[in-house]
Amino acid sequence: MNEKYFFNKFYNLSNIISSILFLISIIFLVFKGLNYGVDFKGGTLIELRTDNVNYQTEDIRKAFSKLNLNDLSVKKFGKDNDYVIKFERSDLNKPDFIKNLKINLDKHLQDYNFRRVENVGPKVSAELLQDGITAIAIALAAMLIYIWFRFEWQFSIGAIIAIFHDVIITLGIFSALSLEINLSIVAAVLTIVGYSMNDTVVIFDRVRENLKKYADIKIFDLTNISINETLSRTLITSVTTLLALLSIFFFGGEILKGFSLAMILGVILGTYSSIFIANPVLVYYKVSQKTLVKEED
Amino acid sequence: MLYFSKLKIISIVIFCSLLIFFSFSNFTNNEDFFFKKKVNLGLDLQGGSYLLLEVDKGPVINQTLQTKLSQVRNYFKKKEIKTFDYKLGKEKIFFKSDKKNQEKILDLFENDMELNPYFQVYKSNQYNVEIINGIFELTLTKYGVIEIEQSLLDQAIEIVRKRVDEVGTNEPSITKSGSNRISVELPGLDNPDRIKSLLGKTANLTFRFVTQSNDVSFGSEKLKDLDTGEELIVSKRIIVSGDNLIDAKPQMDSVNNETVVSFTLDRLGARKFGRATKNGIGKQLAIVLDNQIISAPVIRDVIAGGSGQISGGFTFQSATDLALLLRSGALPAPLEIIEERTVGPDLGEDSIKAGILSLIIGFVLVILYMIYKYKLFGLISNFALIINLFMLLGFLTIFEATLTLPGIAGIILTVGMAVDANVLIFERINEELKKEKNKVIAFDNGYTLSRTAILDANITTIIAALILFMFGSGPVKGFSVTLSIGIITTLFSVYYIARLLTSLYVIKNKNNEVKIR
Repeated sequence: MNEKYFFNKFYNLSNIISSILFLISIIFLVFKGLNYGVDFKGGTLIELRTDNVNYQTEDIRKAFSKLNLNDLSVKKFGKDNDYVIKFERSDLNKPDFIKNLKINLDKHLQDYNFRRVENVGPKVSAELLQDGITAIAIALAAMLIYIWFRFEWQFSIGAIIAIFHDVIITLGIFSALSLEINLSIVAAVLTIVGYSMNDTVVIFDRVRENLKKYADIKIFDLTNISINETLSRTLITSVTTLLALLSIFFFGGEILKGFSLAMILGVILGTYSSIFIANPVLVYYKVSQKTLVKEED
Repeated sequence: MLYFSKLKIISIVIFCSLLIFFSFSNFTNNEDFFFKKKVNLGLDLQGGSYLLLEVDKGPVINQTLQTKLSQVRNYFKKKEIKTFDYKLGKEKIFFKSDKKNQEKILDLFENDMELNPYFQVYKSNQYNVEIINGIFELTLTKYGVIEIEQSLLDQAIEIVRKRVDEVGTNEPSITKSGSNRISVELPGLDNPDRIKSLLGKTANLTFRFVTQSNDVSFGSEKLKDLDTGEELIVSKRIIVSGDNLIDAKPQMDSVNNETVVSFTLDRLGARKFGRATKNGIGKQLAIVLDNQIISAPVIRDVIAGGSGQISGGFTFQSATDLALLLRSGALPAPLEIIEERTVGPDLGEDSIKAGILSLIIGFVLVILYMIYKYKLFGLISNFALIINLFMLLGFLTIFEATLTLPGIAGIILTVGMAVDANVLIFERINEELKKEKNKVIAFDNGYTLSRTAILDANITTIIAALILFMFGSGPVKGFSVTLSIGIITTLFSVYYIARLLTSLYVIKNKNNEVKIR
């Protein structure tokens, strides 16, 4: 048995910290809400590049604010001369909208071109949001059912609490920092769900194996043994996944920034929660060899 | 778990070589080669426009009910059954009858082919009939609405295809989406303004007389003349409509030196047109497009040949577009553009560059880290990883899958997570080596004991990816595709390539010292 580190001594402390973070995240989500992008809010997004290096964000904003657009936001996007402009559309069905916009914009701005234009109508954005929420809900339910089949219900609850912890805190951080939620963030959240589950399952698999092996060790210590035995795998996999994600974050371009950031947060939280959140749940339910035997009867 | 038969080894080598061979098809430009499939680049990578159009079924449903209403009224008149108080509601027709006839009417709706033509064919009703408070309610059934929607969508998609084809964009993809939507993908098109304005028009063309009176009566309506800006009162009776048109093209009129659209009518249209112009010399003929008058010339002579010209202050571009719209025919219902995404080609190029750069950097980092951690076994795992990537690309090529920017992210993520299975195995072997003297048995145990964890871990990720595939839209779907195929190729490369190499090494060195780390 190798027990190099005593993770179980920090169960209580980590649970308190996690509860606080979780609560703060919920408060942010309820009171501040998420900063939805055009995918989910509807409206128009324009990625603009200008060849005139003298333009500042203020100049771009001024030019667009003369066009009578609602809810206008102008932000730098990666490189110095790239900007993302977002606004609400009232007259969606005018096919000449962008054409007219350019004609009007030409009066206030020179040497620019639109690199990307996205227009999402209110009907579509409502559906996309609905689909996103449904997808995440179904993914959570599917995970719950899968692990319930493979393990006992105590494990299932542990894993689900860990996943909720990761997803809510990731979204909480996005809310606190006002980062944009778009379609790719939904993809990231689903991948986080898969990754966090993956990490938890590996440790749980070892817990179950050890439960069969050592009848006389209490679950409190047993989880610690299992965590230690799988620790190097947990860390190495987290490191390689983070290496890949950091590479996307720094070199993959602006469009993937939000996605990779969400994933990086998710992987860090997922690694932490599979050790410090999922295992204490097994301790709480006093899982023992009997738990396994009962199920097999 | 360490034994491989010769046959198995050969099959593995052949299988991998085939997939790698397919993946190379993306890097060559050899046109004569028998395998020409390539991975498609998504609109976000190659640049282009995506439009989602929604068919507005409202007017057509109204029209259908109107037709049904007069059909029902005429039917009962013919049968000499008294019905009255006909009214139109939302997807409903109301009418009344004498109490004694109610049973009989219900029975006729049930059994007469003329009233209920659907039942015999589909064993389902287009309309439901109910009596509520003594009033008959004829409601379009769900099936009836779907039937209308489908034929509407089929007609609309046909017209959309014609219009897009006429503009001549590169390999457009036009598909149905749901029950009332059409998705249009136009690769390489960075300015969809023209297509949008072409698709935004119903292009319902009619020739009608301008009435002499100054008041709007039952059979006429007030329409705006785009040419002169004034409003004219136009008869609702249609002389000839766009349905009778067989050709239209833009032309320079040498007399007035302006651009016109010349058109040719079919035989029926030509006959009707000839008769109307003969009787209407001196009258004003309104050429109406989508409830706006293009021009309203005075008829000076009989037009018998079935061809004529439309003038209306066109530029060459607007004449070309009008001719195009007339040739492709009128849309059965208005289309609304409910989603549009356009990516310029330079942004797409930048995205490809960024995607590939981050793939290479992520890949090199993971490879170096694995060598640092596992030395020789790191090399084995890295070799499996490289084969894995080519196999992933090979599968994407065979399926001609669409690679998007999030899809590239999925490949990079696969690189990061693919090593997980090998890490699980190596760590387990490391533990087993401490307990077991016989190295072959220790390795074998390592593989066997880590298997459930690996399967569980990968199945959970695949579940997440499949759900994303079902609910995700656009580029994000590409992420779920690469991620799920990546998981499958990963498992293959771990269990067949890495395990094969590991077993060869261990069996050869079973008496020497073997260290995982």
